[in-house]
Amino acid sequence: MNKTVNQKAWFLVLPVFLFVAFNAIIPLMTVVNYSVQETFGNNIFSWSGVQWFQDTLQSDRFHASLGRQLMFTAIILAIEIPLGLAIALAMPRKGPWVSVCLVLMALPLLIPWNVVGSMWNVFALPEIGLMGRGLNALGFDFNYTRQPGDAWFTIVLMDVWHWTSLVVLLCYAGLVAIPNDYYQAAKIDGASAWAVFRFIQLPKLKRVLTIAILLRFMDSFMIYTEVQVLTGGGPGSSTTFLSIDLFKVALGQFDLGPAGAMSIIYFLIILAMSWVFYTLMMRNEAK
Amino acid sequence: MARILIDKLRHAYVQNPQKPEDYALKEMSLELADGGAYALLGPSGCGKTTLLNLISGLLHPTEGRILFDDTDVGQLTPEQRNIAQVFQFPVVYDTMTVYDNLAFPLKNRGVPAGEIDSRVREIAGMLDLGPTLNKRAAGLTADGKQKISLGRGLVRSDVNVIMFDEPLTVIDPHLKWVLRSKLKELHHRINRTMIYVTHDQTEALTFADRVVVMNLGEVVQVGTPVELFERPAHTFVGHFIGSPGMNALPCTVENGRPTFLGHAVPIPGEIRLPNDGGRLEIGIRPEFIKFSGLESGPTIAVEVTKVSDAGRFRIVETRAQEHRIRLLVPEGDPVPSGAAQLRFDPKHTHLYRDGWLVG
Amino acid sequence: MTLELKNVTKSVDGAVHIHETNLTLEEGTFNVLLGTTLSGKTTLMQLMAGLDKPSTGEIWFNGKNVTGVSVQKRNVSMVYQQFINYPHFTVYENIASPLRVAGADAKTIDARVQSVAELLRLKPMLGRKPAELSGGQQQRTAMARALVKDSDMILLDEPLANLDYKLREEMRDELPRLFADRHCTVIYATTEPTEALLFGGHTATLHEGRVTQFGPTGEIYRKPSDLISAQVFSDPPLNTATVMKRGNEVMLGPNISWYANDAARDLPDGDYLLGIRAHHITPFQQTPDAVAIEGHVLVAELSGSESVLHVDLNGTTWISQSHGVHPFEVGSTARLYVDVARGFLFDRANRLVGGLA
Repeated sequence: MNKTVNQKAWFLVLPVFLFVAFNAIIPLMTVVNYSVQETFGNNIFSWSGVQWFQDTLQSDRFHASLGRQLMFTAIILAIEIPLGLAIALAMPRKGPWVSVCLVLMALPLLIPWNVVGSMWNVFALPEIGLMGRGLNALGFDFNYTRQPGDAWFTIVLMDVWHWTSLVVLLCYAGLVAIPNDYYQAAKIDGASAWAVFRFIQLPKLKRVLTIAILLRFMDSFMIYTEVQVLTGGGPGSSTTFLSIDLFKVALGQFDLGPAGAMSIIYFLIILAMSWVFYTLMMRNEAK
Repeated sequence: MARILIDKLRHAYVQNPQKPEDYALKEMSLELADGGAYALLGPSGCGKTTLLNLISGLLHPTEGRILFDDTDVGQLTPEQRNIAQVFQFPVVYDTMTVYDNLAFPLKNRGVPAGEIDSRVREIAGMLDLGPTLNKRAAGLTADGKQKISLGRGLVRSDVNVIMFDEPLTVIDPHLKWVLRSKLKELHHRINRTMIYVTHDQTEALTFADRVVVMNLGEVVQVGTPVELFERPAHTFVGHFIGSPGMNALPCTVENGRPTFLGHAVPIPGEIRLPNDGGRLEIGIRPEFIKFSGLESGPTIAVEVTKVSDAGRFRIVETRAQEHRIRLLVPEGDPVPSGAAQLRFDPKHTHLYRDGWLVG
Repeated sequence: MTLELKNVTKSVDGAVHIHETNLTLEEGTFNVLLGTTLSGKTTLMQLMAGLDKPSTGEIWFNGKNVTGVSVQKRNVSMVYQQFINYPHFTVYENIASPLRVAGADAKTIDARVQSVAELLRLKPMLGRKPAELSGGQQQRTAMARALVKDSDMILLDEPLANLDYKLREEMRDELPRLFADRHCTVIYATTEPTEALLFGGHTATLHEGRVTQFGPTGEIYRKPSDLISAQVFSDPPLNTATVMKRGNEVMLGPNISWYANDAARDLPDGDYLLGIRAHHITPFQQTPDAVAIEGHVLVAELSGSESVLHVDLNGTTWISQSHGVHPFEVGSTARLYVDVARGFLFDRANRLVGGLA
């Protein structure tokens, strides 16, 4: 393919660049600024070097919330990606049911995060919530406000309910883009349904899956609102993920310096892990 | 291997077809001999792909039967029919090597590993894929991928028929020759029934022993390339095959002889003409018209209007009143300008009534 | 309008896409860029149109340097291999769109659209949307859009490649007529030698980003300056074989030889490459000077009007294309007559040194 090189195109990017600068780069630099200084309010700052970074990296509290965060992300990726793929494979490719399925799938994505949190908050309440009462009626001792395991269960279920649709829609778009010839050729070659999945659908979905995993990884790693509304990080600190912890440090205790350092570490972790994911997934692409 | 018999086949894409227009494929009967090389030739929308899919089992016929030898396969799936198909756009399994691609249909059928290996290597050799066997199929060029598609059909020893659906569409013109010759050569070596669908007359005529010409959902003529060229059964065949196509000139019959603009035009043999009129035309190919020299005999006066150089010949466009007559003049032969006389080769002049050959 | 490329090159990330090119296309001429896929036709067209800037060199329109001028200001039209139309516009609106952009008044637009539609036989379809048209009609609509404004230059990038064989033949016949009474310079890219020949005009043969030859089409075809140009302009592929010239004799292998013709006689003795087109090799004797070769048949294709044979002789494949029906069994021995007087002789640097006058 011949590509046209035209430097003028950069001017078109300029407004977006300025927008990003105001939205991301300037706040980010502010955070960097906080992270290397000490303040006691009144706009008095003193240089503190990498003190806050050292403190944060050595803090047990940070380790614990990072561990919870990683655990959570691993669980939801392990559930949402295969489940989303499976649902996409099961959806009809043509006929009147296509639009019905697509609308149903899109619905959870249209609900704001805080509303999702509130919905599940009520839904899972052991006394009045449909799920909470139902589970208790079935003989389970379910109370997400008291038992950490139940809180985790509810949060994971909520996230799966909210976000699997995104994976489904991405995979579905990838699936319908595969030309019919491939399926026909596979039929003629006598391929089993598993072989069709393994040798046609999966390779053709590779890019789409990479994007889905990246999006779900970044999103779940930054999950805040729903958990804040549902459990507030509790019971105890059992569901205090990085973002919730960060909020507590920054606004609850108003420790701007440590919060700044934590934000930057948080940001670098996401960046590094996204990069690793992407490189691993795309490794064979270049060949 | 099988003889294919198509018996009173009709197909409609709509449910409960009522009118004849509902049928994408009008009633047809056809016999394809075992081991033959056939082409289905026609313009877009003529029904050739429908017919191909009916034979391969990707579609099931609305009416009529399809027999492979003595078995009615009308309701069987493609894998039950044991057919192989090469599509317009190459289909390869991207993540597999060339070797695994070729082995795939055999593995699926549980063929022993030793046999798979020898078959794959034999076919790869025939297709000149040997050096690339361990490469990933995704990295090959379009013609390499198309060879893999073909190879997956060839490795199987149980294949009844190999189908080609416009297989050279994405191949560069200078490679089309190579792949086409390869195909022809392979047909001679393995002697399997092959059916080739195309809108390209050159591909159809050079590949096939017998060509099925289709138009508007119907078979217009089945014949060898020479028959289609020399005795088109319909003016459509005359027009569609040959480049440029056959000249069709409106005429009358006077004293039992076709007459064009007052000139009697001799044709070979008797005219079998019913008395109920109909639209009459003389059909003559540009290859069989010459500028008249000194020899005597009937000629037609024309005006030369355009000369296009095609390298090894020139296409000369002439006009006789409002009728356009085209002829081919070999490289090096003179072309007059302005007024000229044309001579039709009587052996290759035909008479058509309402499009169909009558003499 | 006259278009001049002066020492134009194009490189992207260190890879040379177009080698230094000098080309002058006169106003009102029909120019064909002939070459295989990836030979640089599209890149060259983009440079001509101003969609892309050359890495070095200049582009002049009518004696004015327009190298940095954008495509919008150059008054050019382009037609692509894919049928590119606005899907939600009717054919009429599609054709009218370039005039609307240019701000023409409604009366002018209507008159122009009607006349172009007439020329391209699109009048009955003016009210339809592109999706309701056949491929040929869609491409005619795209062409009408290019023709409706009075462009100085029209670039057509393999516009017929996606059409049915027979339709292509009809459009090929129609195309030169469309440009006949216009003053615009037409540039037409194709991979097919026959197409270039039938359009006549001028042809530039392209190979790996290099214009190997440019001139009147018939001249380029019959007098290629080098081996590459001859190969680009041959379909079926050009037959080539090394021959040895000794005195008045030209030898092809140990057993086949002939007397050098006038053009070859004065050449110094040594090895040359003989290039000869398939239709100058026939299974029957066309001229008394033809040289007979024998080999076994690899491929025999009969197309009704023509016979094509691939014959192997000591590891070299000879392709013969001849009128009429000449059946041969694959594997049998065939005798072919090579009209050597019609061949080209190339020296070690692959330049034409003798051959067809």
